[in-house]
Amino acid sequence: MSEELLKISGLRVSIDNKDILKGLDLSIKKGEVHVIMGPNGAGKSTLGYSIMGHPKYMVEEGSLRFEGEDITYERTDVRAKKGIFLSFQNPEELSGVTLESFVKASKTAVEGKPIRVLAYRKELGKTMESLGMNSEYADRYLNVGFSGGEKKKSEILQMLMLSPKLAILDETDSGLDVDAVKIVSKGVEAFKSKNNSLLIITHNTKILEFLDIDYVHILVDGKIIKTGDASLIDDVNKKGFQNLSLR
Amino acid sequence: MEAVKNKTQINDVDRSIYDIKDKVNAAFKTSKGLTFGIVNQISLEKNDPAWMREFRQKALKIYNQLDIPVWGPSLEGLNIEDIVAYVRPNTKLQLKWEEVPEDIKNTFERLGIPQAERTSLAGVGAQYDSEVVYHNVKEEVKRLGVIYTDMESALREHEELVKEHFMKLVTPGDHKFAALHGAVWSGGSFVYVPPGVSVEIPLQSYFRLNAPGAGQFEHTLIIVDKGASLHFIEGCSAPKYNVSNLHAGCVELFVREGARLRYSTIENWSKNMYNLNTKRASVAKNATMEWVSGSFGSKVSYLYPMSILKGENARMEYTGITFAGKGQNLDTGVKVVHAAPNTTSHMSSKSISKDGGCCTFRSAVVMGKEAEGAKCAVSCESLMLDSKSRSDTIPVMDIRNDNVDIGHEAKIGRISDDTIFYLMSRGLSEGEARAMIVSGFAEPIAKELPLEYALEMNQLIRLEMEGSIG
Repeated sequence: MSEELLKISGLRVSIDNKDILKGLDLSIKKGEVHVIMGPNGAGKSTLGYSIMGHPKYMVEEGSLRFEGEDITYERTDVRAKKGIFLSFQNPEELSGVTLESFVKASKTAVEGKPIRVLAYRKELGKTMESLGMNSEYADRYLNVGFSGGEKKKSEILQMLMLSPKLAILDETDSGLDVDAVKIVSKGVEAFKSKNNSLLIITHNTKILEFLDIDYVHILVDGKIIKTGDASLIDDVNKKGFQNLSLR
Repeated sequence: MEAVKNKTQINDVDRSIYDIKDKVNAAFKTSKGLTFGIVNQISLEKNDPAWMREFRQKALKIYNQLDIPVWGPSLEGLNIEDIVAYVRPNTKLQLKWEEVPEDIKNTFERLGIPQAERTSLAGVGAQYDSEVVYHNVKEEVKRLGVIYTDMESALREHEELVKEHFMKLVTPGDHKFAALHGAVWSGGSFVYVPPGVSVEIPLQSYFRLNAPGAGQFEHTLIIVDKGASLHFIEGCSAPKYNVSNLHAGCVELFVREGARLRYSTIENWSKNMYNLNTKRASVAKNATMEWVSGSFGSKVSYLYPMSILKGENARMEYTGITFAGKGQNLDTGVKVVHAAPNTTSHMSSKSISKDGGCCTFRSAVVMGKEAEGAKCAVSCESLMLDSKSRSDTIPVMDIRNDNVDIGHEAKIGRISDDTIFYLMSRGLSEGEARAMIVSGFAEPIAKELPLEYALEMNQLIRLEMEGSIG
């Protein structure tokens, strides 16, 4: 039996005193790919932020365990160092800091030791190439003036460079054209291994066509109302979320 | 003491001067104001030519007539009644390394500045290596016909050049502290670049911090002759500590036809300093003046480098950053006078305030009647790191010609929680995240600096930011 990576129990999360997650349970084992689907406002992004530990998202009840350790109240940077990564739906722009130096600082922080500059540069160049990113982007300020597609690629690039144990992809496929979805999916595939896990948040199924999925969870109004295998995706496409929840 | 062993020729000369000073101080003990006798004594000690002695006396007269400026940050902490204490600090108070405040020593430590250089940077001793470098640089540029020396030597060896330019651009009548400077100035750099000569290595005043009295009332005079070019760097980002906490320096820059001068400053006085520095450039036809300025230290600053674009097509560019922390009120700005057709100026200012620090940026643009077709663009961006801090922008425009183009842009921002969260999700601590955001904000300035200064500036920002997180 494979090892449990993330365990969420009875999680209640509020933002500005408004309940968003209302008692959520989720267990992700090493090597698994999980998909969270649900209508707008169901709490999908909140789940991603809560796992990463955004200070605005208050945990009212329940717990988060990562590799058996309680991280419910752990700082975001500590979670990152433990191996959790969140690919943002709308990544922040950082003027004056190049993509290359940002990823370097981040990799140094996550790995907790200085990295070899030459090897790093080579790895970065190769990874960018695999994502079809122009090498010029390495010297550009992080996400500043990047198109929607380039921002998403920049997120996947960071995921590949940091090689986390758990990667949460929050709507990584939204706003991408078909070709970009293919490239991003290939990147995600390249990342996937027996030792890491993925939690893909989406309300769209394009990205899923290229990936092997273990579990699909339907999140409606702050709760997981249904869990199944990849075939659940077809149900959603046919019937919509509302009808699923009525069943 | 280590520093004493390192003392150089110049410093030995110092000693004797200080010995005389001791006597002088005792003699004038009862007189608290600045008297003709004191100024005369300074002039005698420095072996001034007669005209300089007269000049000092005239400046003193003006000093006594002018009032302290009241339109900027408060100067109450300056004991103006006892101005002599600033002008002639008692040699008994000459600083010992042990007496340098702990926070400054720590900064040296954390900036990774070698032990040998620390004493010199703190203004308490001489540094042998710097002297050697200075002499080497001097030899190298000498071959090009460039004069690069201290003001006292210039006054002896190039008297006519000095006499023709000294305080002609910044006159003692400008304000009280310019008058004070005229009366008691000491030390500083003199550079003359002959026509058509382009100096490839930047000249740095840092090499000769140990000149007598340098760093308090130093005078910098630079003449870049027709078609020549120079980059001059003033100061160093490590903190300079002085017993006396008034700095009233003066910088006069003459950029002749078709010449180019870049003047970079990284100023990091200790945080008890009143920095009342006056800087001005006269820019001739087709010439370019570039200012790069970083202000980190001092308690109060009044600093407004001014450019007079007096020839057709003269250009001025200013890139500056101010960082005000706890207890600091840094009033900076830029003045530009467009006094000829098709002159252009561009100023880009950034300021960061934290822990109750206050940054003010004043831009004063004068478009004269002759400024047909002139262009000016002002842009200022402020970053406030908390709600206690303050940032003001005060633009003033005096436009006397209809055919000019002026733009002014101001932005004030804060660090967003979402940006911090994003950076923390990549493993950076909150302090590291803030430091990275601030360094990024300062990057356009860092880019303009020589690498070692840029690194030191970034390191300084990191230190400031780490301190704010605790």
